[in-house]
Amino acid sequence: MSLLQVRDLSKAFGGVRAVDGIHFDLHEGELLAMIGPNGAGKSTTFNMVGGQLRASGGSIQLQGRELVGAKPRQICHLGVGRTFQIAATFASLTVLENTQMALLSHHKRLYHWWRPVRDQYREQALALLEQVGMAAHAERPCSELAYGDVKRVELAMALANDPRLLLMDEPTAGMGPQERNELMALTKRLVVERRMAVLFTEHSMDVVFAHADRMLVLARGRLIAEGDAHSIRNHPQVQQVYFGSGKTFERPPQEPQP
Amino acid sequence: MEFSALLAQLLNGLAEASSLFLVAAGLSLIFGVTRIVNFAHGSFYMLGLYVAYSTVEYLVGRLGPAGFWVGLVVAPVAVGAFGALVEIVLLRRIYKAPELFQLLGTFALVLVINDATLYLWGPEELLGRRAPGLAGSISLLGRQFPTYNLFLMVIGPLVLGLVWLLLARTRWGVLVRAATEDRQMLGALGVNQAWLFTAVFALGALLAGLGGAVQLPREPANLALDLRSIGDAFVVVVVGGMGSLPGAYLAALLIAEIKALCVGIGSVHVLGLDFSLSKLTLVVEFLVMAVVLVVRPWGLLGKPQAGSRNSAPAEAPLRPAGNGLRWVALVVFVALAALPLLQTWLPYASVLAQDVLVSVLFAVSLHFIMGPGGLHSFGHAAYFGLGAYGAGILLKVLTLPMPLAFTFAPLVAGLGALLFGWFCVRLSGVYLAMLTLAFSQIVWSVVFQWEAVTGGSNGLTGVWPAAWLGDTAYYYLTLVLVAASVLLVRRIVFSPFGYALRAARDSALRADAIGIDVMRVRWAAFVVAGLFAGLAGALFVFSKGGVSPDVMAVGKSVDGLVMVLLGGIQQLVGPLLGASVFSVLQDSIMRATDYWRAVFGGVILLLVLVFPHGIAGFFQGLGNAWARLAARKPALLPREKRA
Amino acid sequence: MAFRACFKVAPLLLALLGAPSAWAEDVIKIGEVNSYKSQPVFTDGYKKGMQLAIDQINAQGGVAGKKLELLTRDDNANPGDAIRQVEDLINREHVDVLAGAFYANIGTALADYAKQKKRFVLVTEALSDNIVWSAGNRYTYRLDASTYMLTAALVDEAVRLHKKRWALVYPNYEFGTAAASAFKTLLKARQPDVEFVTEQAPPFGKVDAGSLVQALVDAKPDALFNALFGADLAKFVREGTTRELFGEQLPVLSIITGQPEYLEPLKDEIPPNWTVTGYPWYSIDTPAHKAFVAAYQAKYGKENLRFGSIIGYAAVQSIAAGIEAAGGKTDSESLANAFAGLNLTTPDGPLQFRASDHQATWGLYVGKLAVQDGAGVMVDTQYKPGLGLLPSDDEVRKLRPAE
Repeated sequence: MSLLQVRDLSKAFGGVRAVDGIHFDLHEGELLAMIGPNGAGKSTTFNMVGGQLRASGGSIQLQGRELVGAKPRQICHLGVGRTFQIAATFASLTVLENTQMALLSHHKRLYHWWRPVRDQYREQALALLEQVGMAAHAERPCSELAYGDVKRVELAMALANDPRLLLMDEPTAGMGPQERNELMALTKRLVVERRMAVLFTEHSMDVVFAHADRMLVLARGRLIAEGDAHSIRNHPQVQQVYFGSGKTFERPPQEPQP
Repeated sequence: MEFSALLAQLLNGLAEASSLFLVAAGLSLIFGVTRIVNFAHGSFYMLGLYVAYSTVEYLVGRLGPAGFWVGLVVAPVAVGAFGALVEIVLLRRIYKAPELFQLLGTFALVLVINDATLYLWGPEELLGRRAPGLAGSISLLGRQFPTYNLFLMVIGPLVLGLVWLLLARTRWGVLVRAATEDRQMLGALGVNQAWLFTAVFALGALLAGLGGAVQLPREPANLALDLRSIGDAFVVVVVGGMGSLPGAYLAALLIAEIKALCVGIGSVHVLGLDFSLSKLTLVVEFLVMAVVLVVRPWGLLGKPQAGSRNSAPAEAPLRPAGNGLRWVALVVFVALAALPLLQTWLPYASVLAQDVLVSVLFAVSLHFIMGPGGLHSFGHAAYFGLGAYGAGILLKVLTLPMPLAFTFAPLVAGLGALLFGWFCVRLSGVYLAMLTLAFSQIVWSVVFQWEAVTGGSNGLTGVWPAAWLGDTAYYYLTLVLVAASVLLVRRIVFSPFGYALRAARDSALRADAIGIDVMRVRWAAFVVAGLFAGLAGALFVFSKGGVSPDVMAVGKSVDGLVMVLLGGIQQLVGPLLGASVFSVLQDSIMRATDYWRAVFGGVILLLVLVFPHGIAGFFQGLGNAWARLAARKPALLPREKRA
Repeated sequence: MAFRACFKVAPLLLALLGAPSAWAEDVIKIGEVNSYKSQPVFTDGYKKGMQLAIDQINAQGGVAGKKLELLTRDDNANPGDAIRQVEDLINREHVDVLAGAFYANIGTALADYAKQKKRFVLVTEALSDNIVWSAGNRYTYRLDASTYMLTAALVDEAVRLHKKRWALVYPNYEFGTAAASAFKTLLKARQPDVEFVTEQAPPFGKVDAGSLVQALVDAKPDALFNALFGADLAKFVREGTTRELFGEQLPVLSIITGQPEYLEPLKDEIPPNWTVTGYPWYSIDTPAHKAFVAAYQAKYGKENLRFGSIIGYAAVQSIAAGIEAAGGKTDSESLANAFAGLNLTTPDGPLQFRASDHQATWGLYVGKLAVQDGAGVMVDTQYKPGLGLLPSDDEVRKLRPAE
């Protein structure tokens, strides 16, 4: 049975159907990319899986448990970690403290009010930071980091609750080519090691074609294609959508950097 | 009530609505664009009325009746020019300060302007002349209706229309609207933001001045108008939705009509009880605000606020106290403990220290939700008051022994915070602040009018500590409890709960995504802050032997805000410094001069300009600079490789 | 350089922390706490009145051979600060006598402080009945006429009018509610068929005059009792005149309206047919009062007196008389004893601090409002001695807690 089952998922904003009846499955150990031009409904779908938006219709099941209607924090405790398109960390906390917070939340110690955070889950947090290559920056405030580094911290935080599913919204935005490949290789390794699954969106087709096991293509809120790199590359409807928006697979476009 | 009487009251409401709208409109504009919570707006209103009085008296002598109308135009323009001056000289320098810090500057202005007005115009109320041509009344619905009210009924919607045209049809208006919605975009358009802000501030001040000037034939210019009008203006702006002018008019209409009906209906007989709606006018606008905000968290026509426009650098991570700070704290504690022993040489020191300690605890409790929590409260005095009244009522009405009354008092405040907090933490920004204010005003009005239990406006007396807690013992009790509370709050801030609170403030999105229940954490923090404020209230009431409603009035909440901001909202020692400096300064300046408000306000202005991040923020900055300087020395040695 | 700076800073720091002032043997210090900043019109005259009395007394050799000295403190209009200032006056300044309070809540707090600390206090202005009755105690005395007395002063006129339908307007706090309730009780007792058709209690300082006047017009009263004052009163009068509420057909009884503090801002807009209590300093014909006005204007120039002027003057007179009666002693026990039944003569005439409830028999002037030379004045004034306005000794004993 698949880890995540999405069935007939829809979202309407007023009269606009941002996402319109999407189906897909995601299996353990899989790195699934969701691509599509701007406004295709990628972030909306993401936010529905993560609970930030409530679906207008359809269902999202994680190992048989319904996520539609659940709040983000409940979804988190069900084993979903996520990163955001515009990275969100706690700016006045250090890198280490950010990660400790995620661990404290996972271990349900948020309402403890006596022992300082300093001595709690320090080793685990450092281990997570080590995994994403941020251990050297552990004591720095998050507000001082380069954008790519903030994304790594986000990843460490997302991993803190031993997620079964990791949602990554444009994980490599703002990074150089080498850094991108490193991060995605790292992600792939984590997926295998931790036996989890990743759903990610990405503008950089390089990254997608190089690292995704499978991909979903969205356009105007609908799922127009699904398959591996080869079949997507040659899918006529996908080519039309992408060429229509002035993009080609041969020369990946430089997306605007936030 | 007859139908024609009802209609007549609705007409009265229309005229009042115009008056309310005129003050509120400028405030709404200023907030929408600059995000400044302009406390001095009421002062502009007051100035408008005073200046109109003088110019009209002067001009009528020279121009005859026409002078009245010329005066009504000159006064707002003068106030607008004064507003521009204030913006350029003062506010411009503190836009980069942490959020809400500008409030401190405008608070100081209120003090200075009030005393300047006293100096220039004297203490007497000045009742202006009637409007030539509109002095009398006409018969409407079988009643005499002042013709000037007809003028007022027109001028509100007229100003609304003109400002709307200005915003919708001119390039300047487009820029203002752009600034309201997205400040970054404005920078990208290459607009000189500084002058846009000045212009908006001046326009806002002009509207406030106009609001004051048109009241000339209706109410005497007096020194209490500034604080009275600012409350009304905030309520109208928030009920309408910050930044929405039509919303402000709608809110003004709603509030004015409800008030008019309360007065018109008078007493009602419900369930065998006589209930005076006329007495309800004490608080009705705050009831309306509470209901509106609970149902519509962004006011009637407002939009969700974009994220904070705070342009100050992010708060630095917390560091445990270094040895230096520990030593300073110990020395201060020992010095405070020694004060009663120095009675002979410093007889007043422990008296003052008692009050300062209570202020410190109050400020610390407020800082806990404002700083680490990011929840701005304009109504924190409610919990201080609930603690004080809780102790008083438990002691006097329920005749509990003093130690028990003292112990349970903070719980009373905590319960209040539990109830009100549930509603408040669902809101954010200024809306949250105003809902806390609404609740505190509601509690205040209950306390103010419930004579049998609370002693009404005179308050409770005879709330003295048990005999074994005589003068010095009570001082030591206060010292120990305040010191313990300060340490405990500090401990909490460093604990997972305190971190969760700061995390929720920094990014509610991320906090939610890692499984933190943001509302619950905030709610819990609200209750904790309420408990400590309640403890401060309990300490207060037994040191004074009583309490009256002023301890939970707006002024007390504002004092708390000023202490927190003055000390530095981003530092944990901020409230300690702020409360001490505020209390000691006020006490000594009050004694030194008759014009103490102006001097006190002037000193705060000076502090605002010298310490734009609060006093503690300034010293932290100094410390950081020193650390950087110290760190440079090794750089002279052969360079290490840096990652 | 730095050393010398230390010398300059040290006294400043000490002053901030509160170094004590020196004891002086030949001086009696009066510590006075009042709402100077918040109530500038009243307190300006008040302070001048006090200073005049002090100067006069000192010129005649002082009290019991000692000079009087006045120390004033601003209470920031709240009881908490007032108590701190009192403690400052006691601990640092070593004052001998405490006096003050304008606001009722501060007066009440001072009275309670007096009781707890067994410290004599003369409440000079705060009007609340509680100060001498429900919260009354051995150490608290009050000079000015109470809310009850102000109301009682107008009841004769109310009875004489013999109107059936009365409306009441008062600010929504203890002063207003106490005045309204006293008025209703007193009038009902003497005219049982009276009917109170409407009561309006707008928030103090925030009267919505248009709606208020409208509601009063609609209630069709035969007569009106008013306790609004200050800016509220000015708004009320103007709106009521415009809407033709006021006129010969509606007699109005109004407390404290005739005090210059509240009458002057109205200028010539005095509605007809108002009977008020107040202080017509310009037309009081007794030699004593004329001498007082002459001395006051000689000292401060040809300015108008305030009600505060006479209260401040009489306050210092009372304290001086009390100390004299205590044989020059200024400890609280002696003063509390000396003030019980203390008689003295103020510019208004004789006055006694009643032993039963510690209230001074401050007399009140009742008169009609009129316009003279473009300003509002009281005419046809009648002086009502305070004793006749107070309940009997037996009655007030029941109102006071047992000692």
